[in-house]
Amino acid sequence: MARQEGGRVIEIVVDIVLLSFLAVMAVGILRLHNLFAVVMLSGIYSLISASLFVTMDAVDVAFTEAAVGGGISTVLMLGTLALTTDRENLRVADLQILPLIVVLITGAALIYGTLDMPSYGDPQAPVHQHVADRYIAEGPTATGVPNIVTAVLASYRGYDTMGELTVIFTAGIGVMLLLGAGTRRRKG
Amino acid sequence: MDVPGLFNYWIVIVLMMTGFYVVISRGNLIKKIVGLNIFQTSVFILYISMGKIIGGTAPIVAPGVTVYSNPLPHVLILTAIVVGVATTALGLALIVRIKEAFGTVEESEILQQRDDDA
Repeated sequence: MARQEGGRVIEIVVDIVLLSFLAVMAVGILRLHNLFAVVMLSGIYSLISASLFVTMDAVDVAFTEAAVGGGISTVLMLGTLALTTDRENLRVADLQILPLIVVLITGAALIYGTLDMPSYGDPQAPVHQHVADRYIAEGPTATGVPNIVTAVLASYRGYDTMGELTVIFTAGIGVMLLLGAGTRRRKG
Repeated sequence: MDVPGLFNYWIVIVLMMTGFYVVISRGNLIKKIVGLNIFQTSVFILYISMGKIIGGTAPIVAPGVTVYSNPLPHVLILTAIVVGVATTALGLALIVRIKEAFGTVEESEILQQRDDDA
């Protein structure tokens, strides 16, 4: 029993350390003007958030975030830097007080909103009281897939996943039109 | 007030507001996209935090395990991550085209050129 308690304490300590790392990364991204460094930091940010997802038991989300957020996004951004520029020209005149005020007020309102949220990891939280138990109890036998996330994603909500593919397909067509049209015009 | 229990949400809000601040205060379009990504990831962390049960395990059925974390936020966020990268790609493609058309990716210089043309 004591060992189990110790495990829980470590779970929370790892969670707090990783979250603090994320906050540091975000401030670094805000302060740096070299866009190459910004893109690298955002890759590290994605990988740390993937580790955080592992500690929060979301293993499927973690590997998707590591592959898509840490990998593909970083590659896309590096490609964009190669085609554009890797310096940010920030003039002091651009720094206005209004955005800061907007952000502080919004942040304060959101913090006020969290005060009656259920505590982190509470098994009695409302989110656990509805359909989740049924998916956990019946999912593996009804679909034959032991991974409940996969069972919901591909079987129960298969149509939603197809809709997601439509979104990606549309975005892909958009990117091809935007970039392809430019090269054609340069040739002609 | 339960500080360790709400710490996740507070860091999520700090990250979300940092991303929001980058988007509204910086004129460089690439940096705006990075800020949008920070914002996005903070929302993912919010959802996954809510699905976590202390002492639970990943929702993959295994013998001898009784407590699983809630799988439904994971499903939602898997979809959101993939859609997020699709929008990032589209935004970056737009930036490349803007660079071709205006020769810059700074918002203030683009607006300046538009005013000069008018």
